Amino acid sequence: MEFAQIATVAGKEFWDRIRNRWVLAVALVFTAFALSIAYFGAAQQGTVGFRSIEVTIASLVSLVIYLIPLIALVLGFDAIVGERERGSLDLLLSMPITRVELLLGKYLGLAGALAFSTVAGFGLVGLVLSAQLDLAALFHYFGFMLSSVLLGCAFLSLAVMLSVFAADRTRASGLAIAMWFFFVLIFDLLLLGALVVSGGQWGGEVMPYLLLLNPADVFRILNIFALEDVRTLYGLATVFPPALARSDLLGLVMAAWIALPLVIAAWRFRK
Amino acid sequence: MIVARGVHKHYGAIHAVDGVDLDVRAGELFGLIGHNGAGKSTMFKMMLGLIPVTAGEIRIDGAMVAGHGGANGDFRAVRRKIGYLPENVVLYDNLTGLETLQFFARLKGVSQADNHALLERVGLTHAARRRVREYSKGMRQRLGFAQALLGKPRILFLDEPTTGLDPEAIRGFYAILRRLKGEGVTMVITSHILAEIQERVDRLAIMAAGKVQACGTVQALREQMDLPLWFSVRVAPEDFEAVRAALGHLPVGAIEAHDDHIAVQCRREAKMAVIAALATLDGKVRDLGVHEPSLEDVFFGFSD
Ligand SMILES: Nc1ncnc2c1ncn2[C@@H]1O[C@H](COP(=O)(O)OP(=O)(O)OP(=O)(O)O)[C@@H](O)[C@H]1O
Ligand SMILES: [Mg+2]
Repeated sequence: MEFAQIATVAGKEFWDRIRNRWVLAVALVFTAFALSIAYFGAAQQGTVGFRSIEVTIASLVSLVIYLIPLIALVLGFDAIVGERERGSLDLLLSMPITRVELLLGKYLGLAGALAFSTVAGFGLVGLVLSAQLDLAALFHYFGFMLSSVLLGCAFLSLAVMLSVFAADRTRASGLAIAMWFFFVLIFDLLLLGALVVSGGQWGGEVMPYLLLLNPADVFRILNIFALEDVRTLYGLATVFPPALARSDLLGLVMAAWIALPLVIAAWRFRK
Repeated sequence: MIVARGVHKHYGAIHAVDGVDLDVRAGELFGLIGHNGAGKSTMFKMMLGLIPVTAGEIRIDGAMVAGHGGANGDFRAVRRKIGYLPENVVLYDNLTGLETLQFFARLKGVSQADNHALLERVGLTHAARRRVREYSKGMRQRLGFAQALLGKPRILFLDEPTTGLDPEAIRGFYAILRRLKGEGVTMVITSHILAEIQERVDRLAIMAAGKVQACGTVQALREQMDLPLWFSVRVAPEDFEAVRAALGHLPVGAIEAHDDHIAVQCRREAKMAVIAALATLDGKVRDLGVHEPSLEDVFFGFSD
């Protein structure tokens, strides 16, 4: 593994996204959403203006959980298949670079662009709010930003995996949309369905662990303040096991969600 | 330099390459010609190690690049010795010409110092800072060629390098190849423009349906094919009969009368006898042209 080769590919991907203003556009979207949620999020309750960091983060989480997976999937779905379809892959692979280095370079460059726009977009809002936040609240907000980056990286990893498996761009985009529906909409419905059908017997023991099978759910749990909320959120029959809610463990689960699709992609791409 | 032994490539039922043996010697300009779908590009991709072979093996400079057990040796070292211009080269639209070379130079691990000189060499200095998106077909092809020359490769694979080039650029392109040949670079080139290839390559292989039908110098292939050659004999119309009479006893083929000359077809063995017979008609023959069968004739001979 030569790091210089990875860095060259990653650098190109990253600067491509900076130059075509992708990073700027996504950062602006994040800023706009976060600001409006922070100031107008409580409008239904009859007040306008920043209320509390808990309310703000909770609303941001329910937005970001749709948005970031979508952005990450769109960003990464044609990473490899796009080069293959356009016909630039052969030339790239004729260079002194291994396929794994190419794949990693692509991933890291795109992940860098996504992380940069996430941190820039939400970070700006964090700065604006910082005057009204105490240290603990800032810490929570920081945690939200970090977990958003991890969420993006996990879905980007899935997207890059798709881009290795798919035969063409059209199919890759179809798969990306299907993947978004599955993880963001269907997965939780399936769990709830299982809960209802089994009359709640099922939910108790297994359900909290099943939630870890979805990076979007891991992200949600990472950003919850009181454990009791998880229970109500998912309609769990029993309490959520506190051990599962440790952010370091959840962080590890996210890391696995980032690494595993990449490993599968690398295995497939080498063949 | 490049040795292929019993190379097969199957795509399902399609035998894109079907048992090819090839030896490209160090320092030679080697041509690969054949009909569309003959397997030339597939052969290139296997020689570059881009796709695995179904059977057989390929060595470059002694290092296995494709074959049983895959590549061995230091694949990076082999790759750094190689320059590749794919057919229908696709570069990155959002990069400028100069940035394109910078990117590939970095990947190849070679100095950036030559980039400007390379752009100059392919006549793109004026467009160095324009994006590839705005390049014409020929300009992209030139940039692709400059890319292939990065890092002074010892071996060049050029897949239809002159498509899209204007006549002047084609001439410039072959001038560069001549210079590289002087520096001892080994080159493998494909083209469908046989007239262009026949004067320039040292040796060539004719591929058809995944197999090498013939391999050698253009002259050797002509002789092997045993195609007739043509004389055009310029004589005044009133002397046509005299020429016919002089050639009457010789084993010549068709004799066709044209406005101001006679076209005579004959086998190679009879060539000198025909010239001797024409010499006896002193004064009547105003001019004499000998036309060897073209590579095109040879090509059709072998691929039929
Ligand atoms: N990826 C692929 N999958 C299936 N068949 C392929 C693939 N690539 C090439 N082929 C087939 O292999 C054969 C040889 O193709 P190749 O591109 O090597 O031809 P070629 O000699 O370069 O032709 P051309 O002069 O048109 O460039 C063709 O029949 C082609 O359809
Ligand atoms: Mg071809």
